[in-house]
Amino acid sequence: MVNLMIDGKQISVKENTTIMEAAAQNGIPIPKLCYLKGINEIAACRVCVVELEGKEKLITSCNNVAEEGMVIYTNSPKVRRHRRTTVELILSQHDCQCVSCARSGNCSLQSVANDLNILDIPYKTMLERQPWDKKFPLIRDSSKCIKCMRCVQVCEKVQGLGVWDVEGTGSRTTVNVAGHKSIREADCALCGQCITHCPVGALRERDDTEKVWNAIEDKNKTVVVQVAPAVRAAWGEELGLKPEEATVGKILDACKRMGADYVFDTTFSADLTIMEEGTEFLKRFTEGELKERPMFTSCCPGWIRFIKSQFPHLVRQLSTAKSPQQMFGAAMKTYFAEKIGVSPEQIYTVSVMPCVAKKGEREMELFYGEYAGHDIDAVITTRELVKMIRSAHIRPDTLEDRASDRPMQQGSGAGVIFGVTGGVMEAALRSAYYLLKKENPPADAFKAVRSPEFQANDGVIEAEFAIDDVKVRTAVVSGLGNTRRLLNRIERGEVHYDFVEVMACPGGCVGGGGQPIHDGEELAFERGQNLYYLDEGAQLRFSHENEDILAMYEEYFEKPMSHKAHMLLHTEHER
Amino acid sequence: MSRLEIDSPKRARIVMEELYKDLERRIESSPPGLCPVDMSRAFLELCHAQTCGKCVPCRIGLGQLNHFIKDVLDGKATMETLDIMEQTALSIMESADCAIGYEAAHMVYKGLIGYRDDYEEHIRNGRCTCTYSQPVPCVSLCPAHVDIPGYIALVREGRYADAIRLIRKDNPFPTTCGFICEHPCEARCRRNMVDDSINIRGLKRVAADFAGEVDPPVCAPSTGKKIAVLGGGPGGLSAAYYLQLMGHQATVYEMLPKLGGMLRYGIPNYRLPKDRLEEDVNAILKTGVEVKHGLKIGQDITIQELRNQYDAVLITIGASTDKKMGLEGEDADGVLSAVQFLRNVGRNEIMDLSGKEVAVIGGGNVSMDAVRTAKRLGAKKVSIVYRRRVADMTALPGEIEGAVAEGIELQTLKAPSSLKVNEANHIEGIYVKPQMVSAIRDGRASIKPTGEEDIYIPCDILIVAIGQNIETRHFEEAGIPIERGKILTKSTGAFENMPGVFAGGDCASGPASVIKAIAAAKVVAANIDEYLGYHHEISCDVEIPEARLDDRTPCGRVNLTEREACERVCDFEGVENCMTEKEAKQEAGRCLRCDHFGYGIFKGGREKLW
Repeated sequence: MVNLMIDGKQISVKENTTIMEAAAQNGIPIPKLCYLKGINEIAACRVCVVELEGKEKLITSCNNVAEEGMVIYTNSPKVRRHRRTTVELILSQHDCQCVSCARSGNCSLQSVANDLNILDIPYKTMLERQPWDKKFPLIRDSSKCIKCMRCVQVCEKVQGLGVWDVEGTGSRTTVNVAGHKSIREADCALCGQCITHCPVGALRERDDTEKVWNAIEDKNKTVVVQVAPAVRAAWGEELGLKPEEATVGKILDACKRMGADYVFDTTFSADLTIMEEGTEFLKRFTEGELKERPMFTSCCPGWIRFIKSQFPHLVRQLSTAKSPQQMFGAAMKTYFAEKIGVSPEQIYTVSVMPCVAKKGEREMELFYGEYAGHDIDAVITTRELVKMIRSAHIRPDTLEDRASDRPMQQGSGAGVIFGVTGGVMEAALRSAYYLLKKENPPADAFKAVRSPEFQANDGVIEAEFAIDDVKVRTAVVSGLGNTRRLLNRIERGEVHYDFVEVMACPGGCVGGGGQPIHDGEELAFERGQNLYYLDEGAQLRFSHENEDILAMYEEYFEKPMSHKAHMLLHTEHER
Repeated sequence: MSRLEIDSPKRARIVMEELYKDLERRIESSPPGLCPVDMSRAFLELCHAQTCGKCVPCRIGLGQLNHFIKDVLDGKATMETLDIMEQTALSIMESADCAIGYEAAHMVYKGLIGYRDDYEEHIRNGRCTCTYSQPVPCVSLCPAHVDIPGYIALVREGRYADAIRLIRKDNPFPTTCGFICEHPCEARCRRNMVDDSINIRGLKRVAADFAGEVDPPVCAPSTGKKIAVLGGGPGGLSAAYYLQLMGHQATVYEMLPKLGGMLRYGIPNYRLPKDRLEEDVNAILKTGVEVKHGLKIGQDITIQELRNQYDAVLITIGASTDKKMGLEGEDADGVLSAVQFLRNVGRNEIMDLSGKEVAVIGGGNVSMDAVRTAKRLGAKKVSIVYRRRVADMTALPGEIEGAVAEGIELQTLKAPSSLKVNEANHIEGIYVKPQMVSAIRDGRASIKPTGEEDIYIPCDILIVAIGQNIETRHFEEAGIPIERGKILTKSTGAFENMPGVFAGGDCASGPASVIKAIAAAKVVAANIDEYLGYHHEISCDVEIPEARLDDRTPCGRVNLTEREACERVCDFEGVENCMTEKEAKQEAGRCLRCDHFGYGIFKGGREKLW
């Protein structure tokens, strides 16, 4: 243990504890901006400076460790003065039009500046204006960037892609797409982790809420909304709802009140995905196609973008099943359109997703008879959903639980856990067991694929299951840096699996790039636990028992992997 | 009534003088990789502030050039801007009244021509292609990328053995380099911005002197692979060391009786005591390196035989033959090459030069070694004969100073023109053509004959130290590509058409430094490992102390002292004294820890393995 004094308080902390952590453990939060634990400890913003008695220069508390006998002041006149100057300098190069910023009210720079009661900035404003393709799902506003380098580090260290880099030197040093590429040329997976780790509004998703409002306004459009599993685990955070209050039913109610014609839960099409992907897996597995390399799940569009650019030769190992979002879109414009007697052209499909990459995935084309268009017409993130609810001035406490519309109403607990790392695998195994043995396993038989904590075991959970004499080796991975390492091990022959689930965002969709942002916190694990809780309490635990799915097969798709299913619910992944 | 007054500088001027010094040191430690367009702008602003304001081109023109550069940097320029800039710069160069103006414009002009690509990139894409490429200057500039801030911190804590372990991760010659490394690491030390560079080599010497015997790390399990290493110099031994650590069996072929190459047979004992060289060699041998002495490649054994016997062959034969002056009489008795002369001494074949006059041709480090060795062998008079000025000598300034202190004469601006040889075919003296310094060419002052008559310098012994060559004949015959007298490898140390054969060090780079040979050894060792189908990594588990948070107040640099000249010329014992522990602690405490402060903590601060 190390003994030191912080702000007159004698404290004792473990060795190798940073001054910032030592202070925090003792109830003294030190302001910070660029710091991201374990990812960005580079002391760039200088906001976390503290005074060390006996030294003239201030030191940063984020990356210097507490030493025996230190006497530290986190809020001395000198510290206050310099911290204030530093923040004023940052503000001089930051577009402070907060009212029109996506992060207003949830901005670390805004909080730090407000806390320091900065009312006037004595410095000349100098904003950097880099051009940007505003049609791309990921938007960067250079005039808001404070060069904290978190995006550079998250993309490099956590996602292993290195899309962002420092560019230039001297006073014009900035952040830009690495290798002097444009963002479209860069191999961006659109995971959105840079957005959720940006302390300010320099990075955000493309706003698609206006498109949705326009569709609602259009009398000729039937607006059909689906809400992804992970959204329910996080949307309430920004609206002051407790997890148990923030049900999916209330989201559906909100959508309806905003003017959607039909509202559905993506859990339904998650079950549909299991029917298709599970059947496909058993087919490819028993036909010996997976002897050398596993089949990979295909529901995560960030992962799909990643494999196409980083491991193109493995693309054929992907399941051909479309993701739940796309399957639902296809079903809405075909089966459902026929049911309600409107043409596919009139259906406007909206999905609410915890994800930025889904905005890219929706570009996928759908051809059906005379119809040529898209499964999905607009994708909004959880954050955009919250903004829509706010702009519709709906009081969250007035929302009521509403069931999804018929005939795609049911959803199993297996579908709900699609939103958490390991969930697709667990759901698939539950049904694969049934398909092989014609009887249900205990619902929790495949719990071993669940992660015991956030990014446990470098985000990889391996498990092996024996269903009679069939042995299935599985791996579940989340986070693209972890994924790259796992794929390299597979490629080198160090490990072998039959079925691998990949989710681009650490912790799965619950930690998605479209989810509410809490600077410095990783909430994926807690949100995931919430989904497991919902699964546990669900009446239906198996995708293959979803009666609405079974009815749809009977009436429309015939059976999994049928010709029609193949045309509408599967895709050839182009490299 | 007084008519004149004594000029006393005003306070502002005194401070300004100090700031000029600060700026000088700052420019000296300026890191590479900075945006040249932005630097042009910065220089131009300084130049413009220096203008007296009398003349139009300088007073107004430099300012207008500055506006254009800013437009380029701000993405507001077009290609035409560059044309106007060029025209304006030329105009100022050719019409300004004094150097303040025309040289300032010339600087801009040089940039416009020299890095036009960068200008154009800014204009076309509004982006800068530069990145801050050397966050920890010393580590980047060390060819072998030794973890310098790491071992300096260890020295400060008195953990000398750990310092040696850490150095060996990248350089198995810590003692040797503590004595004789050219220390390119010190050139851009950021501490220059405060006062002066850290004495990095001196601190390495401290680690070596105080550590005692430190065993090398344990080798990886044996792979059963065998590698022949041709030449037991620093390159060959370093490669053998790392190959052993990776689990391979290296066999070093050395034609001379002892290991060390130029370290033993080129560098005199007074610079690198041979018992100290043994420390490094012994640690390397402890890893299990096998050695075969007395076999000369091409004579006793061929490369083809070695290829058949071993899984890989590494050529590290160095550059150990002499360059000739091409003058008649060069093969007379009493004319020696520096390589031969120093090698003889290294083999304890001591010549008695008592009462003799010795002349040494050349101005490099080898030349200094030769003169100082000749002096120690009792020569009456030893002279360096050099074509250019002292300032143009390639030897380290400390070596020249040391030689001068030991009573060596410097005959500069004298180009050898012919030799005088007596009937017994023994050298008698050398005729030299007087030279004068002339125009700067490629950044170096050239010389031209003054037209005066040749001067005669009598001598009993003439030592030629104008460079070394590489013995390439056997390799050329074996099909290894040779270009300009050097073995031509790919940047990986391998050859296009000869799998399993690698080369590195002086024989591939031309005569260079120890640390460059070691750097090459790391490259070839890693690539041989890959070639053999492995991916061993070299690392070091020594924990590096946290950076201290002390204020870095200016403090002088500890320089190593030397033994008195009159005493040291009488023997071959080491010339340089080590620092005391107290001095070492202070010197190590000056380190700014660029691995922790600045860009180093973000990117490129520490390579833990290779």
